[in-house]
Amino acid sequence: MSSSSGTPESWISSFCSLLGHEYFAEISEDFIEDDFNLTGLQGQVAMYKEALEMILDVEPEDDEDEDEDEEEDEGDESVEGEDHKIRRATSERRHHRMASDLSIIESSAEMLYGLIHQRFICSRAGIQQMSEKYELSHFGVCPRTLCEGVRTLPVGLSDVPGEDTVKLFCPSCLDVYVPPNSRFQTVDGAFFGRTFGALFLLTFPDYDITKRGTDTLGGHSSRSMASAASDDDKEKINGMNVQNLGPGLGQGKMYQPKIYGFKVSERARSGPRMGWLRDRPLDIRELDEAAVYANPEESDDDLLNGAQTQPRQTLAGSRKVRRPNGGSPMSMEQNGEFV
Amino acid sequence: MDDFNSETDSDYTSYWRDWFISSRGNEYFCEIDEDYLTDRFNLTGLNTEVQYYQYALDLVTDVFDLDCDDDMRETIEKSARHLYGLVHARYIVTTRGLGKMLDKYKKADFGKCPRVMCKSHPLLPMGQSDNPNVKAVKLYCARCEDIYNPKSSRHSAIDGAYFGTSFHNIIFQVYPALIPTKSSERYTPRIYGFKVHAPATLIRWQDGERDDMRKRLRKLEIESGFKDDVEDVEAEDSEEEEEDEEVDMEALENGGVVGADVKV
Repeated sequence: MSSSSGTPESWISSFCSLLGHEYFAEISEDFIEDDFNLTGLQGQVAMYKEALEMILDVEPEDDEDEDEDEEEDEGDESVEGEDHKIRRATSERRHHRMASDLSIIESSAEMLYGLIHQRFICSRAGIQQMSEKYELSHFGVCPRTLCEGVRTLPVGLSDVPGEDTVKLFCPSCLDVYVPPNSRFQTVDGAFFGRTFGALFLLTFPDYDITKRGTDTLGGHSSRSMASAASDDDKEKINGMNVQNLGPGLGQGKMYQPKIYGFKVSERARSGPRMGWLRDRPLDIRELDEAAVYANPEESDDDLLNGAQTQPRQTLAGSRKVRRPNGGSPMSMEQNGEFV
Repeated sequence: MDDFNSETDSDYTSYWRDWFISSRGNEYFCEIDEDYLTDRFNLTGLNTEVQYYQYALDLVTDVFDLDCDDDMRETIEKSARHLYGLVHARYIVTTRGLGKMLDKYKKADFGKCPRVMCKSHPLLPMGQSDNPNVKAVKLYCARCEDIYNPKSSRHSAIDGAYFGTSFHNIIFQVYPALIPTKSSERYTPRIYGFKVHAPATLIRWQDGERDDMRKRLRKLEIESGFKDDVEDVEAEDSEEEEEDEEVDMEALENGGVVGADVKV
């Protein structure tokens, strides 16, 4: 398929520059042209072939034969009906195509692009591109006050199109938010998918996710800054850097309701009930369930040998600290499941 | 002074205040009663806080008639806005003020919670400090009990002290029927359908904290306000009354979808 890369206004770049499409990465044509990446999409998108042509800016007149070849290569029988239609309108298809037809193809192309996009941003090239957009705060910042404007990532709550719109995942408080601008409420969440947000965190463990969105406009790469700053602070817990596991949560990052300076008691009918949602253990190593299980009697300091003093270990916390008690493996229950 | 007030009351009612609350960016404010503004007791201590206090007060109560140049007028105008804000913080915790803010809350004039799991629950304005010029206004969601930044920049410039740190908590003490049912629904990061270990352990720990709290409350026989709580704890008579009101609120907020759940 002759790709028209380099044309000033390719369908992909014009699609990505549309209002409301700021979150999209530009999928490389190589990725789209690899049939393997499109497995299973034919059944999900109406007028699949035309949509694909539109995305790749292939003029139907130019490569009628190629198209047919392409079809055979794909070994696809499901588009027989469309095939028929194509043959019927063969010579000057684009010119004689009904306006309504075009708009159907246009919307199919957008759907197809979105579904490919969901896969693309989980590929190496795609996630790299998204990381560049993340560094430039293209996805906005967390609306939560105590997250202090950290950058967010676009995610979907479902991988199936048509279920929900795109949401913003804040890696700092591990919660999802509705994008502030209503123009994003027309963007399907499935175009980003459920996987991207979490995969991003695991792919770039050295990002300083506490960095504020407004700071990043200074032009420094936050990744290089983070790795330079925290070489000695690379402690990992459960496969994530300690400083990247819910840094917007825990003591000091939770809202405490007060009336005239006095805390509202939990026992009041209107008292706080949702503290747990923004809480985090004072000593994050409590979450290392495997280590806690292996050394139930050891004090926390021994759990990770040679670990430096924890920056997050608050001194003399007035809050009750949960510790594995009595060396019983049952103490695990307290850390996790329902007691 | 008293003469002036009775005059303004009848002749031109709240010209300045009408203009103020209807001007763009001031959507969070409610109108302060004339009576409240003219009671000196309510303004205790504000004369040191506000420049040109007397002129500002005259302007707010529409009895301002000083011949001055534009600069001066602008300064007084600014002072008047500041004064109005500070009185506003006191006014909205009074019975009438709470009622006015409640109406605005029901109309979601303060916006809706951006958190997905809160399902567009209406917000309330709040300040993180009672002193002016410390922090801008924030928005409190009673469902997730967290605070958020206003979406629009014209709102994020408003001083948080104009709403204060207590108002949004007081309103739920005065109107307990407004307390939304809490939900333990939450977002779980997943990769290809699998939970991610590190966030998952944190979530397990948080769920443990929540269950501890609910057990504590159950022991004390205090309603925890979680949705499933209403289901398994048999509602007492007094609760039932309140519940009915709750259902109404829910219906108002969520188009009646959630209301059915609560009633069970």
